[in-house]
Amino acid sequence: MSGETQRMTMGKAINTGLRHALEGDPKVLLMGEDIGALGGVFRVTDGLQKDFGDDRVVDSPLAESGILGTAIGLALRGYRPVCEIQFDGFIFPAYDQITTQLAKIHNRSKGRLQVPVVIRVPSGGGIGAVEHHSESPEALFAHTPGLRVVAPSTPQDAYTMIREAVASPDPVLYFEPKARYWDKGDVDTSVFGTDASRASLDAAQVVRPGSDVTLVTYGAAVHVSLKAAEAAAAEGTSVEVVDLRAVSPLDTATVAASVRRTGRCVVVHEAATFLGPGAEVAARVSEECFYSLEAPVLRVGAFHAPYPVSKIEHDYLPSVDRILEAVDRLLSH
Amino acid sequence: MDQQTPAAEHVAESSAHPTDAQMIQLLTPSGERTAEGGSAPYAKRVAHLDHDALRGLYEDMVLVRRFDDEATALQRQGELGLFPQCLGQEAAQVGSGRALAAQDYVFPSYREHGVAHTRGLDLAQILLQFRGVDHGGWDTEAHNFHLYTLVIGSHALHATGYAMGVQRDGLVGTGDPDRDTAVVAYFGDGSTSQGDVNEALVFAATTNAPVVFFCQNNQWAISEPTTKQSRVPLYRRGDGFGIPGVRVDGNDVLASYAVMDEALERARSGGGPTFVEAFTYRMGAHTTSDDPTRYRSRAEEQSWRERDPIDRLRKHLESEGAWDQGWAEQVAAEADALGEHLRTYVRALEAPPASSMFDTVYASEHGTVTAERAWHAEYEAGFETSEVAR
Ligand SMILES: Cc1ncc(C[n+]2csc(CCOP(=O)(O)OP(=O)(O)O)c2C)c(N)n1
Ligand SMILES: [Mg+2]
Repeated sequence: MSGETQRMTMGKAINTGLRHALEGDPKVLLMGEDIGALGGVFRVTDGLQKDFGDDRVVDSPLAESGILGTAIGLALRGYRPVCEIQFDGFIFPAYDQITTQLAKIHNRSKGRLQVPVVIRVPSGGGIGAVEHHSESPEALFAHTPGLRVVAPSTPQDAYTMIREAVASPDPVLYFEPKARYWDKGDVDTSVFGTDASRASLDAAQVVRPGSDVTLVTYGAAVHVSLKAAEAAAAEGTSVEVVDLRAVSPLDTATVAASVRRTGRCVVVHEAATFLGPGAEVAARVSEECFYSLEAPVLRVGAFHAPYPVSKIEHDYLPSVDRILEAVDRLLSH
Repeated sequence: MDQQTPAAEHVAESSAHPTDAQMIQLLTPSGERTAEGGSAPYAKRVAHLDHDALRGLYEDMVLVRRFDDEATALQRQGELGLFPQCLGQEAAQVGSGRALAAQDYVFPSYREHGVAHTRGLDLAQILLQFRGVDHGGWDTEAHNFHLYTLVIGSHALHATGYAMGVQRDGLVGTGDPDRDTAVVAYFGDGSTSQGDVNEALVFAATTNAPVVFFCQNNQWAISEPTTKQSRVPLYRRGDGFGIPGVRVDGNDVLASYAVMDEALERARSGGGPTFVEAFTYRMGAHTTSDDPTRYRSRAEEQSWRERDPIDRLRKHLESEGAWDQGWAEQVAAEADALGEHLRTYVRALEAPPASSMFDTVYASEHGTVTAERAWHAEYEAGFETSEVAR
């Protein structure tokens, strides 16, 4: 680790990444609702308007389609807008701009035009919120060719990945696990620009080695998966945890290599399992690791029901118990 | 150019603070009756409100404020996850709400507790949502009051479509005051930036739908002042759509009543939509999660305390000799009883069973949900037996 390593929360790591991106490129600007004086409802942009001015950290009108549509125009003019959507459930007014325009302009122009827009989305549940404040809509975007869809799970990745997202020539949806904003970890800011850093938007990582079962996960669900792995270890089961980091592209090579070692795979995410990212992972694993599998691939995620009222949200989200139940099922196969 | 073009002049009027004279006002901040200039035609719309009726409006506002205080306290005690106060907006909400007829239909956003009260809701029901035990909480059809919509602006279109339905049902312009029906969308200043709100104006204008857009300009959309949303006053938003607009002093319960009364009459009689801007102030935080000290001054908040809508009506009642101490004590007791009711009701609200998440996803049988529900039941049961086994 270098002298540029500091311990900080995930929220602060993103804040620091945005700060460095603003410092490093005058074309970078932040846009969103309440990101200026307030610093965003989660304070992720805290202090940035004060230091960079209100023309680089812009409190936009209350209109998500407007934010994304004008970000596209700014990007076409050579700027690198980083848009904040206040909560996952409020991205939908911008869904049209994101899927029909942002995702397609590069291809439509035969590669002549780039639209390097970053969309930061505090997402996921577990914070006791009212409706629309706890959702995990990443599959909708991963299903759209032309968008990169990523989700960090640690302060270090949060820093590295936001820097890489801003630098990426492609549009990037950057899903921030809001329940983990306050988790602390070491962040080495000198990694940006290295090969390892560049890989952060493409490559999965084994975050805990194990030999009996592979848990494939990303974003907020990494935390609960690691806890489950810990609990399994106490009962004598060795669980490997793979943090995908990106849902699109999907690093099937890293996943397949792990599953070939363990022979068992559970995909864990907060998004619904029905047509969710885990369905794709499961299909790829069965295609690529069929002869290594000891049991079918299982998924632990949300149900095919709207995000429930907060008093029962923990029954909806993947939990240590539900992950262990899946692990047990695989082992008893 | 030396001279401003008419177009430039047109936008010169700022969206920032209007003076009293630039709003429809029937009660001055010190509680005196007024009806100057453009406000004059509105005086007749409140002429029938006798002392009893005025005291009724006062009582409404006091109860709504108690609800606000009580819910805020319950949130602080951890009984609610979140609460958005309507503190300071009671006159705009109660005044406009009391102008509604039983058959009218309201699409609120999430801060319309005062309107809810005028629609006869037990305000405790609003707290189900904020306790996290229900996504809605009341019988919309019993009150002609739709569920709160949390996605900014969406419901402006719902209100417009509902009004288009009312129109198709032939319940506009019949001349029968018990049948002619208006629909109201309540939303805030920030909401006027959403595409959905502007599309609602397009649909309402082109269909001449019986809908009123009641915009409470409380001057803040969380941390953003209204000047971030509009260069011109919001009441003029309807201009380009062909929808008449009016700006009312939203801290004046009588003017809010009168302006809404006119807009509803226009809608019910077939005159089409109206855009009302009720100029008011969000005296509290955006919600209990918000920290307004980060973006606005204490001095600003203080200056609006002096325009408190409840104090204004109280002063008026006093100057009219309509303030009766015995009655005021009754209202205070009623407010205390409401507080007690809210506390007891909320604390007794239990989490629904986890399986309830599957109950109402679809109106008809859906195999995927059925299968997941069955899996969940089995999973839970397995849990119970294994616990017994341990
Ligand atoms: C589509 C959408 N975007 C963002 C939000 C988050 N949000 C909730 S309230 C609010 C401000 C609303 O301001 P205004 O319309 O003035 O209403 P007020 O809260 O002042 O009553 C915002 C940005 C949301 N609920 N919906
Ligand atoms: Mg507002």
